[in-house]
Amino acid sequence: MLSQIVSALGVVVVAVFACSAYFYFSNKILDLALPVKDGGMRAATRNLNRRAMIRPWLFLGPALFLLIVYLVYPVIATLILSFYDRSGSSFVGLANYQWAFGDREFRQSILNNILWLAVVPAACTFFGLVIAVMTDRIWWGNIAKSIVFMPMAISFVGASVIWKFIYEYRGGNDVQIGLLNAIVQLFGGTPEVWISVPFWNNFFLMVILIWIQTGFAMVILSAALRGIPEETIEAAVIDGANGWQIFWRIMVPQIWGTIAVVWTTITILVLKVFDIVLTMTNGQWDSMVLANLMFNWMFRGGGDSGRSAVIALIIMLAVTPIMVWNVRRANRELGGN
Amino acid sequence: MTLSARFLKIGPARLFVHVCVLLIVIIWLIPTLGIFVSAVRDKDQIVVSGWWTAFAGSTRTVAARLGTADQQKQEGATYVISGNLLEGQDGRSLKAFGTRIQQPSAYQAGETANLGEGLSLQVNEDGTYRYMKNAAFTDDDAGRRVYVAVSTPPEFTLQNYKTVLTGEGIGQSFINSLTVTIPATIIPILIAAFAAYALSWMEFPGRALLIALVVGLIVVPLQMSLIPLLRLYNMVGSAFDVPSKTYPGIWLAHTAFGMPLAIFLLRAYIAGLPKEIIESARVDGASDFEIFVRIVLPLSFPALASFAIFQFLWVWNDLLVAMVFLGTDRQHLVLTGALNALLGSRGGNWEILTASAFVTIVVPLLVFFGLQRYLVRGLLAGSVKGG
Repeated sequence: MLSQIVSALGVVVVAVFACSAYFYFSNKILDLALPVKDGGMRAATRNLNRRAMIRPWLFLGPALFLLIVYLVYPVIATLILSFYDRSGSSFVGLANYQWAFGDREFRQSILNNILWLAVVPAACTFFGLVIAVMTDRIWWGNIAKSIVFMPMAISFVGASVIWKFIYEYRGGNDVQIGLLNAIVQLFGGTPEVWISVPFWNNFFLMVILIWIQTGFAMVILSAALRGIPEETIEAAVIDGANGWQIFWRIMVPQIWGTIAVVWTTITILVLKVFDIVLTMTNGQWDSMVLANLMFNWMFRGGGDSGRSAVIALIIMLAVTPIMVWNVRRANRELGGN
Repeated sequence: MTLSARFLKIGPARLFVHVCVLLIVIIWLIPTLGIFVSAVRDKDQIVVSGWWTAFAGSTRTVAARLGTADQQKQEGATYVISGNLLEGQDGRSLKAFGTRIQQPSAYQAGETANLGEGLSLQVNEDGTYRYMKNAAFTDDDAGRRVYVAVSTPPEFTLQNYKTVLTGEGIGQSFINSLTVTIPATIIPILIAAFAAYALSWMEFPGRALLIALVVGLIVVPLQMSLIPLLRLYNMVGSAFDVPSKTYPGIWLAHTAFGMPLAIFLLRAYIAGLPKEIIESARVDGASDFEIFVRIVLPLSFPALASFAIFQFLWVWNDLLVAMVFLGTDRQHLVLTGALNALLGSRGGNWEILTASAFVTIVVPLLVFFGLQRYLVRGLLAGSVKGG
């Protein structure tokens, strides 16, 4: 074990060194190959221009390489694979797409995904906003914020264990050790195996993601709320608006842009969510979502690259409008600079 | 000022806010608290009582056996077998007892139970008992089985951690996670910082297009990349005769998947640095490389730190990339993978699961609470700008 720590640290040093060496030496070589000191004025100017043309690409090189190999190429390759059979060797046209829309499990996943998309981003944004407004008004607000923000640091798998313990069910007359069932019992209800109740189990899984992501929404919305000019609120107070009206009519409209950012960020996350469903139910009891279905088809029975590619593309398609909107927003920002 | 006066000064609306926030904080804390408390409880206690009773102690029903006929003593007309049912169990006390499994706590401690046929039994809270008969005990009624409800004081132990760190492969996985996470945090920062500098301060054709590409790639779902990359890895693996699932493989994958967000966040920061500093350095004859290393890098420390925390948390908490690119064999299993495997194989052993979960979340929590300020700054740099 100690040897692994040592070798891991060694690798870190080597990797960082190699990375720095690339940037250092590639720039050095460029300077040596295109000298500006000797060779006269014209040659110097020419070399200076050439340097300016090449250097950005030295800086961008590794990043571009990684982006193209790991993100751009796979998008194209997945698109092509979706038209091929399970091993990716013979062309089958639209057969995989036809399969997808006829498959019960696939339709179930789409429905569940829509359910997740409808509930989780809305709930996170709403709770985040409410908590941000309330914690900004009390002296121990920052401590409260830290606690709500804390689950952001916990892995989805860790969070799943935490919540599985809350949903734990004991049969017969055993004492319930899961908090939820204990509370249900306290109020005279019957304990249930919550994660295996079809349809409703989706909500029990969503609670986990809401628990994790509300802190993120809260932090960003809280910053936006602080940016609202005091005068607008003061004016509303003078005009006799109550707290509720100030919140909905004055504050919310002014941070509408930020609310949209938070909403879309969580939407993207929801579409990719995989770990929670895998660890809690593995898609059983009608709780399958697209990301898990894709993972299953990728590895189940040796894997079916055609069908999993179709599912990946559907996820991609669902994200595309958000991507377009993001690019537009960034361009606007650039234009404003 | 009295307490009620203070409350009146706060006013009902403010009080309502305080109560609400307190409630929210409790709701948000309770799930994690359950894991922390359970992980240090005795494994037998976890299964018989809720973790919220851990500080109150618990009551358990156990079977015990009374003394045998040769221990009897004659006291006048009655014969008595006496002893202690809690022998050698310090700190515990007896709440109730019974002689039939259907009613294990039929009698309160200290009560004398009439068992018929001239037999009676008295059991006290400290465990001492008197088993009496109006005639001599025979082998038939001696050595009798009784059930007692024993209350145990709260007990805390580090045994669960010892078990998971040594026996369940969590220790090995912890090292694996570190091996994956540290290079996958440092390398992308370096690469992304250079790229962000080029995209902010160097003039070249196609710059706007590249920025748009980076922003667009932020939202490409990871799932998209898995199949083609696995094939690519297998191809490279067989071409060079190396295994396809290696640490360098996963470092590069994490580096690349974190790259769009890294460039996006760092560019927002680096582009906002004062123009005068960079221009004047250029006039003084500094090359872009020197400007980057001497000026931009030190000035961007807050942004670099915030992204580093992000990337660290993201890589440490990742399950999908590790499962696909590092595999699920014991030697390479990362913490999240190990925890997921335990959920499958040791689903009911909460002492194992809670202690393991604690081990997986303790490092990110430390990083989080230690460097929270930088994390928040990074979040705000990327998300609120232009929003």
